Amino acid sequence: MIVVKSKRQIWLSALGIAGLVGMVTAAIIVYEPAIPPVARPSPSSFEVAEVKRGAELASIGDCVVCHSTDGGRPFAGSKALPTPFGTLYSDNITPDETTGIGNWSFAAFQRAMTRGVARDGSHLYPALPYEHFTHVDDADLQAIYAFLMTREPVKEVQPPNDLLPGLGFRPLLAGWKFLFLRKTAFVQDKTQNNEWNRGKYLVEGLGHCGGCHTPRNLLGAEEHGSDLAGGVAEGWIAPALDASNPSASRWDQASLFDYLKNGIAGAHSAAGGPMGPVAEGLSEVDDADVRAISTYIASRMKPAATPSAKTNANPAKAEGTTASKAATRTPASDAAKLFAGACGGCHMSGAPMETAGRPPLSVVSDLKMDDPRNAIKVVLGGITPAAGHGPYMPGFADALTDQQIADLLAYARSRFTDAPTWPDLAAKVSVIRKEDAK
Amino acid sequence: MTISLDVNGERHTVTASPDTPLLYVLRDDLQLNAAKYGCGLGQCGACTVHVDGNAVFSCLTPVAATVGRRVTTLEGLGTAEKPGILQQAFIDEQAAQCGYCIAGMIMRAQSLLSYNPSPSDEEIRQHMQPNLCRCGTHYRIIRAIKRASAVLANHQNKGDAT
Repeated sequence: MIVVKSKRQIWLSALGIAGLVGMVTAAIIVYEPAIPPVARPSPSSFEVAEVKRGAELASIGDCVVCHSTDGGRPFAGSKALPTPFGTLYSDNITPDETTGIGNWSFAAFQRAMTRGVARDGSHLYPALPYEHFTHVDDADLQAIYAFLMTREPVKEVQPPNDLLPGLGFRPLLAGWKFLFLRKTAFVQDKTQNNEWNRGKYLVEGLGHCGGCHTPRNLLGAEEHGSDLAGGVAEGWIAPALDASNPSASRWDQASLFDYLKNGIAGAHSAAGGPMGPVAEGLSEVDDADVRAISTYIASRMKPAATPSAKTNANPAKAEGTTASKAATRTPASDAAKLFAGACGGCHMSGAPMETAGRPPLSVVSDLKMDDPRNAIKVVLGGITPAAGHGPYMPGFADALTDQQIADLLAYARSRFTDAPTWPDLAAKVSVIRKEDAK
Repeated sequence: MTISLDVNGERHTVTASPDTPLLYVLRDDLQLNAAKYGCGLGQCGACTVHVDGNAVFSCLTPVAATVGRRVTTLEGLGTAEKPGILQQAFIDEQAAQCGYCIAGMIMRAQSLLSYNPSPSDEEIRQHMQPNLCRCGTHYRIIRAIKRASAVLANHQNKGDAT
């Protein structure tokens, strides 16, 4: 009896000690000191060349895309960022001393970028991709700091975040970072040339390509075993940037460069959805850096030594399913007429767009993907050029019904690709139409 | 083939290939000439009409896609003798110069006012973005839309008072 009791006591005290250790550890993980505010550095205290370099780096990082609303002041924040955990509103990163980062020292900026902690010691949500920025070297962070600190200060307070219950409690983010944030300096691969290494540095660091192109786990962290294996962004599929990429012809350094620099590659695709602003940002960036990014991505997209069996398997399957599905849809001849009337003006052979270097439908990736999501989103909403010029397509959400769009896409898929029929298209159009209306 | 259409509340039967742009049927078969051919690519908005109350490019809408749906053209908003509120506002503001884009502009604006009777300047600019005017009458167009919006609000208030 006594033995039993004392055993229980030992267990209880052991649990108590473990709990205490856990709490102390948690407190150590959570606690970040405030970094004292500084007077806003004078814009003239920064070298012009450094500011210019910072501007290019900020374009590679796409800071302005998330940190401005449509039509709002650049870098003033307040853009709504929908996530599976609720809506976040981006911070004001202009050098305003009260509502922006005007009183942040470089040390505070550096900590925010690489460890996701604000100047006052509060934890930042990983919508700021510090998972990536942690790889950026200090000289580059200095240049970006110089660039941001020389912008026009804007007084603007972002709306409060609208998150799932409990997630507004920021100390939780410390736990998230403990699990997922790995601070590692960028390591050069000596077997590759400088351009490739520069590309890798930009892709993994500032460019944060994996933010969209890498799948995420249930807690919203990137799955590091599946780097660039394809993810989602704002309701769009961000295709895999590896050998499984669905494009008709292999991307190479030259076509990736065209796409990233000009928003369009003739034999591939036009940048649509969230990729539009990315290409717009890169159009401002030095050719050498865009070429480096292209070189690195192209090397990742090279197929393994044996060609994938997947592409060979599709045609036979496609014919079988197309034939069996055809009866339940608009007759193919009617879908062809719809296509001719709605799409043919631009997408028939010999149409103006086809002769203007725009990608023909037989090569665009959206029609070849296993999931019709991007194709549906493009037909519903069109392509709006990020900067008011560049590839354009009108949306058909109001002109065509869900069933008509489904029929058109089924027709285009069978006409322009060898891939199997997409199932339940009309229902998917309906779902995505509702998402887009929000 | 024979196609039956509901245009401006009237039923019409036309003989056309199903891929014919709605614009051609409106102009050539029904003599509803307000909507204009501009670019034929959905880039200028001169051909804008409504399908089920929403503004669409009639040059890119195959006539077969409108079967069983309501088509409205500028002619459906009023007549020369009795113009609709938005049409009158465009006249009052003299918002047309050459006028080629105006039918499309009015139809685009009408779809905005139907779900948002008092839009802000920013909402007007955003909504009117697909429609181009090469004469540059945009300021007058915006004024006309705001004028129509004010008239609508006035009607609304009077309606509430009685």
